[in-house]
Amino acid sequence: MSSTTTAVPEIGSIEPNRHGYRSFALGGFRFSRDEYFAEVRWPKGHHWLPVDAFLRALQRDIAWGFFYGIVNFDAVVGTVNHYGSVDLFAGRFNDHYRKAGLDHSERFTTPLIQRVFEAMLDDWTNATFDPFASPQETGSAFGPKNGSNKEAITRHRVTARRMVGAPGDEPVRTDENGFPVNRHFRDVPQDKPEVLAEPGFEDEVVAFNLFAYLSRSDVTWNPSIVSVCKASLYCPTTEEYILPVIHGNDRVEWFVQLSDEIQWEVEDRDTGAVRARVTMRAGDVAAMPADIRHRGFSPKRSMLLVWENATAELPQLYASGKMPPTPVAF
Amino acid sequence: MEHHVTRFGSLQSYEKGGVEVIHDDARNYVFSNVFEVASKARPYEKVAVGKNIEYVIEAIRAEGTSGWRAPAQDEFALVMDGEVEIRLLKLDDPGVVPAGTQGSVPLAGTPAGRRMGVVRARRGHMTLLPVGAAYQLHAAQPGVVLLQTLAGADTIERWADICQTAPRPKA
Repeated sequence: MSSTTTAVPEIGSIEPNRHGYRSFALGGFRFSRDEYFAEVRWPKGHHWLPVDAFLRALQRDIAWGFFYGIVNFDAVVGTVNHYGSVDLFAGRFNDHYRKAGLDHSERFTTPLIQRVFEAMLDDWTNATFDPFASPQETGSAFGPKNGSNKEAITRHRVTARRMVGAPGDEPVRTDENGFPVNRHFRDVPQDKPEVLAEPGFEDEVVAFNLFAYLSRSDVTWNPSIVSVCKASLYCPTTEEYILPVIHGNDRVEWFVQLSDEIQWEVEDRDTGAVRARVTMRAGDVAAMPADIRHRGFSPKRSMLLVWENATAELPQLYASGKMPPTPVAF
Repeated sequence: MEHHVTRFGSLQSYEKGGVEVIHDDARNYVFSNVFEVASKARPYEKVAVGKNIEYVIEAIRAEGTSGWRAPAQDEFALVMDGEVEIRLLKLDDPGVVPAGTQGSVPLAGTPAGRRMGVVRARRGHMTLLPVGAAYQLHAAQPGVVLLQTLAGADTIERWADICQTAPRPKA
C-alpha cells in the first residue's frame, strides 16, 4: 500500500484514441477503452472488462460515494471505501492473484478518485447508453465514441432527511415530475394513504405509498434513502437483471424482499470462495454478514428494501473483531 | 404487449425462499419471512425480524386495537398486508417517555394530549410515527406492519423459532 495520493497534474489524455475515447491515469493504474472493452493496467498486470458492465459498476461506485465497504467491479478490480479516502485495487480480493503476488492497491483521497472516475464515466458513456437502466431499457454501450449522456449519469440521488413525502423533504414520484410507472410494475396500485390531519398538524401527520413510489423508479440497483430512524436507514431500490457490482460488506446489511424474487450469490469477502445461495421472495428477510460479498439476480423488476446502519464506527468495530460478523446468535 | 405480474405477499398467500448452504451456516443469514412470523404472532407483538446492533425491524400482526405507545424517536410503519388505521395524538407530557428510552414505551389507557389525526394505510403505505406523539393502531381484519425502530423493552427476539437453521430450506 502506498501513501494516500492527493493530486495528479492531469487526469486523462487530451487526445482520444482511434476509437474516440480518452485514456485515464490514477497513480499506477491506467484505464482505456475500445469498442467493446475497458482495460485496466497496473504495475503487475492488466485486465479487461466488458465496457457495459464496467460503466454500470463505475456509475454506481460514483453515485453511491463509494458505498459501504467494497465495490468489486468484478472478481479482480474494485474499490474500498475508507470514508475520506478510497483504495483502488486489482486482485486484492482474489485468492489466486493474492497468492501469485500479482495484486495491487493504492489509496487516493475521495475527491481525487471521484474526479477521475466521473471524467471517465462522462467520456466513455455514449449517448445511446444509460448505465443505471436495465438492459431492456437502454441502448448499446459499445462501438466508437458516440456523443455523451450527461443527464443519465448525473441523476439526483434520493437521500431523505426524515421521510419521503414529509414537508421540505424528498418529493414523491408522479407522472408530472417525470416518473411514470415502470413497464414491469403497471399492476402496482397507485392509491394514496388516507391522511386526515387535524388543523395545525398537517406537517406531522404524513404518509405516502412506498410501493407506488418504487414502481416509478427509473433506475435499477440504486439504494436510496426514504426514511431515517437515527442511524437506521431504509434504502429501498428496484432491481432487474444483475447487480452490476459484487458488494463486499464492511458491516452487517439487511434485505427485506418487498416484491417478486431475487437470488443472491454469497461469497467470502476476502477470497471469493462461494458460501451460499439465498433466494428471497416477497416478505423474506435476510442478513448479509459483515464478512461476505454478494451479487443479486432479479429476473423480473422487483422491489428490495436494503436496510443499513450508518453508524460511523462500525467498519472499525467489525474489522478489529470487536463485533461479530453476524448480527444475532441463536 | 408484454405483461408482468408483480408478486407481493400476504398473510393468506406467501411463498418463502431460503438459504442453500454451500460452505456456511444458514443461521448466519437470519432468514425469516414477515408474513410467516405475523401469522404465528399474537396481535401487536413486536417480533424482531431484523437487528442491527440497537436498531430493529419488527414484524407486527395488526388485529383489533392496540394500546397506545410513544416512541423515543421517529418510527416508521410500513403496511405489508391489510388495512391499518393509525391514530396519532400529541402528548401533553412528552416526559412519559423516560430519558434514555430506546424504541417506544407502552402507555396506560389513553394519554392526555391533542388529537393530531388519522392515517388509513393499506399495503405499501408508509406512515411517520413522530417523536413527541403517541400512536394507536387499529385493524378490522388481520394485517401486517413492518416497523423501523430501535429495540425496546417490548421487542421480542425469538430467532430460533422464526429463522432457517437447516442447510436447505424446507421443501
